[in-house]
Amino acid sequence: MAQERLVQLLTPEGERVEDPEYSIEISTEELKALYRDLVMVRRFDVEATALQRQGELGLWAQSLGQEAAQVGSGRALEQGDYAFPTYREHGVAWCKGVDPVQLLGMFRGVNHGGWDPNENGFQLYTIVIGAQTLHATGYAMGLMRDKSDRAVIAYFGDGASSQGDVNEAFVFASVFQAPVVFFCQNNQWAISQPIEGQTRVPLYRRASGFGFPGIRVDGNDVLAVLAVTREALAKVRRGEGPTFIEAFTYRMGAHTTSDDPSRYRLASDLEVWKLKDPIERVKVHLARTGQADSVFFAEVNAQAEEMAATLRAKIIGMPDPDPDEMFAHVYAEPHAPLAREREEFKNYLASFVDQP
Amino acid sequence: MITLAKAINAGLRKSLEKDSHVLLMGEDIGKLGGVFRVTEGLQADFGTERVVDTPLAESGILGTAIGLALRGYRPVCEIQFDGFVYPAFDQITSQLSKMHARALGKVNLPIVVRIPYGGGIGAVEHHSESNEAYFAHTAGLRIVTCSNPEDAYWMIQQAIDSDDPVIFFEPKRRYWDKADINMEAPSLDLHSAKVLQEGTDLTLITYGPSVRTCLEARRVAETEGKSLEVIDLRSLSPLDLEPVFASIEKTGHGVIVHEAPTFLGMGAELSAQITQECFYSLEAPILRVGGYNVPYPPARIEDHYLPDVDRILDAVDRSFEF
Ligand SMILES: Cc1ncc(C[n+]2csc(CCOP(=O)(O)OP(=O)(O)O)c2C)c(N)n1
Repeated sequence: MAQERLVQLLTPEGERVEDPEYSIEISTEELKALYRDLVMVRRFDVEATALQRQGELGLWAQSLGQEAAQVGSGRALEQGDYAFPTYREHGVAWCKGVDPVQLLGMFRGVNHGGWDPNENGFQLYTIVIGAQTLHATGYAMGLMRDKSDRAVIAYFGDGASSQGDVNEAFVFASVFQAPVVFFCQNNQWAISQPIEGQTRVPLYRRASGFGFPGIRVDGNDVLAVLAVTREALAKVRRGEGPTFIEAFTYRMGAHTTSDDPSRYRLASDLEVWKLKDPIERVKVHLARTGQADSVFFAEVNAQAEEMAATLRAKIIGMPDPDPDEMFAHVYAEPHAPLAREREEFKNYLASFVDQP
Repeated sequence: MITLAKAINAGLRKSLEKDSHVLLMGEDIGKLGGVFRVTEGLQADFGTERVVDTPLAESGILGTAIGLALRGYRPVCEIQFDGFVYPAFDQITSQLSKMHARALGKVNLPIVVRIPYGGGIGAVEHHSESNEAYFAHTAGLRIVTCSNPEDAYWMIQQAIDSDDPVIFFEPKRRYWDKADINMEAPSLDLHSAKVLQEGTDLTLITYGPSVRTCLEARRVAETEGKSLEVIDLRSLSPLDLEPVFASIEKTGHGVIVHEAPTFLGMGAELSAQITQECFYSLEAPILRVGGYNVPYPPARIEDHYLPDVDRILDAVDRSFEF
């Protein structure tokens, strides 16, 4: 797998480079905005991790190291485009304008999602690996029927690429030429299983067997991801069918806060990938080209700290749901036996209140 | 003293040693030792050929296990969590369960599917389900569940020895329960129920993670002067109901406890059979304490969903008041 083509527009050293196929025109303001996104997303993730450590969240799935893949693709989306995430796309949620506090509810254990997917075009997180890729394809098929020019993006991991659902999504999307971009963050690991345990060919090459193009992009290069995703979305809008994007990146944290990666991977790999950090290269580039100075960087950091503090306060103050909420939204229409069960439950709870 | 998780590990090790056709397959079961460390150390000792980290695909795991079994192997498949067995549901319910019958008995499929199940660990969704009834509803599958380290140790070996497919449910919140265990010989066969504590007033019928809760309820009831008998079913299909019928004939009262939703859960079948067999001995209807008929709730309120001592004793009181 050595000499695979990898789209890159900004090197780990912060150097702008050309790609034969993809290019990007980006103003200083846009670049600074991307930098701000990256910093905010990382700060959010750091805060959530800390909140988990302190017992405020039951679990957290870190996005550390994958910020460029998520912000680059997230910012390629236009108003009305729809994203179908896994459980790790905090950076995409950020770009889609989902309130970060909302994302934490399910990790705190007060709900199973809770936000309105249609409000921002950001579907609920999906824990069952790969299931959302079919939903994304179906949504895209709906857009086609409606002759909409909106597009869909389906996120999934390298591990997910082995699931039947994901492969079926490729088939449906291809057969129906659905306007969906398959965005695979190949972070090299599915919990303890390395990528070699899922595939013998680079993942992006699988696409051709399904009848649509695949492309590998440096997932730690926000500019390349932005360019490649924009182009794939444009193709989708032109009715040219799906594209598979493999964002080549690395899971810098544990799989989740329950995981202990020291059991299965080398710390030295982490060191190698630290040098490819997605944020540092943008910062170096901005500074070296004189597009931003220390005042700007300090201002972004201050904004990130403020967001983190607000988040913390809101999470710590987030109340547990009323226990009988579990009966609340099971059905859209009245369901008499369940209503009775809820009544009995409430009476049962009430029977404790008067006891000394 | 050994934990339930370690006891399964020891049982798996025994089976791997005994029969070279036994192999383990699943996600993250090798180096990591499984997310609950149940297979810890086994890949190091038996190699990657016997303890196989599979690609991330449950239908793939079960489907290829069927092929391996046709070839004479005895695969033990790990499903990482209860909520992730559904991608393999077709392979289990349409293929695995029926192939022996379709071949008119000419092939056996000695496959074990290990599923950590049940709630109480503060997890996000799909990690706390009790889906045993789906499988018990399917003819051709044997369904068992252990509640303590000794049973865990023996039952996993007996399940692997079985020539039929066995769904082996592991009570994940009891993985860390410890006990001294007899490793000399099993005291029961795989499909026997067991009276854990004798009593005269009422029978608590339960299995898996709820067994410990029922034993706690029994202790509390004892302080109130009530004598409860506790039966651990151990096997959900086939059911061993003789000890249950004998107990109900003695006590006249029965309460069934499980984490799964009560609607069409194991309790529904049990109460139907008990009513049919023990009708004239019953002094009250058989009552059920289980999960509510809602999706498993978020962690912060799961304690309200799971049967606890209070809810069990409430049902006990209702039975006596009847
Ligand atoms: C159907 C299913 N099987 C197993 C799991 C348990 N599980 C959760 S995440 C994960 C690994 C996912 O890896 P990948 O798709 O590469 O995404 P990543 O977590 O690395 O972002 C597994 C096996 C699950 N959630 N769903």
